[in-house]
Amino acid sequence: MNFVKQYLIPRLIQYVLVIWLGITVVFLIPRITPNDPVMSMIGMMRARGSTLEPGAMDGIIRDLTEMYGLEGSWLDQYWAFWGRLFRGDFGVSFFQFPTSVNQLIATALPWTLGLLLTTLLISWISGNIIGGLAGYYSRKGWSRTLDVFAMVIRPLPYYIFAFTLLLLFAWVVRWFPITGGASMGAIPTFTWAYIKDVLWHAALPALSLTILGWAVNFQIMKLIVQNVNAESFVQYAKMGGVTEDRIVGKYVIRNAMLPQITGLALSLGQIFSGALITEIVFGYPGLGMLLYNSIVRADYNMIMGITLLSIVGISTAILIVDLTYPLFDPRVRYT
Amino acid sequence: MKTLRDLFRDYRFCFSFGVLVIILTLAFLSFFSPYDPTLWNAVPRDMKPSVEHWLGTDSNGQDIFWVATFAVRNSLIISLIAALISRVIAILVGMVAGYKGGSTDRVLMFISDSLLVIPLFLIMVMLAMMVREYMNLVVLGVMLAVFGWAWDARTIRSIILSLREREFTQTAVLSGTGTVKLVWNEYMPFATPFVFSTLINNMSWAIGLEITLAFLGLVDLNIPTLGTMLNWAITYQAILLGRWWWVLTPVILALLLFIALYWLSVSISEYLDPRTRIQRVGA
Repeated sequence: MNFVKQYLIPRLIQYVLVIWLGITVVFLIPRITPNDPVMSMIGMMRARGSTLEPGAMDGIIRDLTEMYGLEGSWLDQYWAFWGRLFRGDFGVSFFQFPTSVNQLIATALPWTLGLLLTTLLISWISGNIIGGLAGYYSRKGWSRTLDVFAMVIRPLPYYIFAFTLLLLFAWVVRWFPITGGASMGAIPTFTWAYIKDVLWHAALPALSLTILGWAVNFQIMKLIVQNVNAESFVQYAKMGGVTEDRIVGKYVIRNAMLPQITGLALSLGQIFSGALITEIVFGYPGLGMLLYNSIVRADYNMIMGITLLSIVGISTAILIVDLTYPLFDPRVRYT
Repeated sequence: MKTLRDLFRDYRFCFSFGVLVIILTLAFLSFFSPYDPTLWNAVPRDMKPSVEHWLGTDSNGQDIFWVATFAVRNSLIISLIAALISRVIAILVGMVAGYKGGSTDRVLMFISDSLLVIPLFLIMVMLAMMVREYMNLVVLGVMLAVFGWAWDARTIRSIILSLREREFTQTAVLSGTGTVKLVWNEYMPFATPFVFSTLINNMSWAIGLEITLAFLGLVDLNIPTLGTMLNWAITYQAILLGRWWWVLTPVILALLLFIALYWLSVSISEYLDPRTRIQRVGA
């Protein structure tokens, strides 16, 4: 019962509050900034060369105001905003009219999730294990070499790193395709040829996300393990004749893993943003590409849909990671 | 002097120092540029690097070397605005939350936690789209600053929390030192090294986001920065057409700058931490 009271309930309250704050910010941005989305939309239509009669213009302004949910006082708008959100109604995309935002997101989401989850899992596990070993054997040559490698990769932002890989592996040596999620005109089937094609296209974006994530996990884990190493229980185990493999695997890494779970939860938002940027660089057909196309075409509904969904999605993912924490830390479970 | 000598024993510090000297020289050279960076077709287009144009010219008819000097300067200006303002916010939030405690602390930490958790990149894209017409170096810098303080505010708060329990706090309070004076005069010196090292990291973060937003076309593309240079190169298909000098200039400058800033901050904070200093200097 104590677990529920001290851990679960505060965490759930925080979850709801974070989503509330994020969504309120999204609601406020177009309203407090000097730009009027309706007028800029009409400006874009004019720029495209469509001429409108004055009567038709008023109609369009009214329709757009309604679509953007800009009718009535801010309070009314705020309620309507939440109402739409709960119904899961994000409106229609302007530039792929009349396809709904939901439908477009549903097409793109599997690509992003596939890429993100695979790379996240690989980079987290391999970064922690290799980082843990490198921290334990920090005086060995291979540990120092990996450390320098991580030192070079770590500070690079997703965009620059992805772009550098693209230049190196798709232009200088042409091992991988430059853009896309599968070859042009390939029909999605469950054949080995298609799966191979998809994997080949995913290789470079996946590599880019994995290496960056790996470098971060490696460095942090190495540092934590170096500190755990100095603790007396490790010295004691050594003196007691416990084998090195057992000390590293069972005691040191297990202990150092805990802050890494919290770290994973805290960095999920950033990793997600990074995945979106990486997709754009490689033209990978997930949410990132959808976002890019909506930015270029000023498809405001679409961007808002992606942002709202991401806030809810990321917060939920973080909540799940946080709730698995007691599984790894017996101290939380039993108090 | 001794400090500097110790720092130069670290290969990372030497590298960062060298790169930053070059980058700052470039930024400084922009004041002597023979060309106006906003002017197109000042030189023949798409020339390979030569004696006359060291890094060649681009499809807008600009000399890449001199555009790069402006780009470096502007990127540094944006990052400095962002980093300095967000440091002020981080210090204020961290100190108030740490010293006041109670519900003030909870509210402030809730806001900073939320900023850490929410996918900020998307919020920034939305914001940038809305203020697109007003976008310039200062607006972008301030925008980045508003979102870039959360993590460091948290750390400053924890520094203050531990200082608050020390004896000298009670001595100061009992001898009638005011809160503001206590926090500023007595606590600030402890937090300063940390603030400085996060200043560098934050600059790096801001430059990275500027490049990303520029790539999406969300900044004023007429102001040369590392991001907009790259954006123009991509728009004109410089990679496809084999104009490597145009693409590589901003990419290599950015790579060097990011590594240099990070290594500088790591080697300084390792130096400031006595435990790691002993390991490294061996004395």
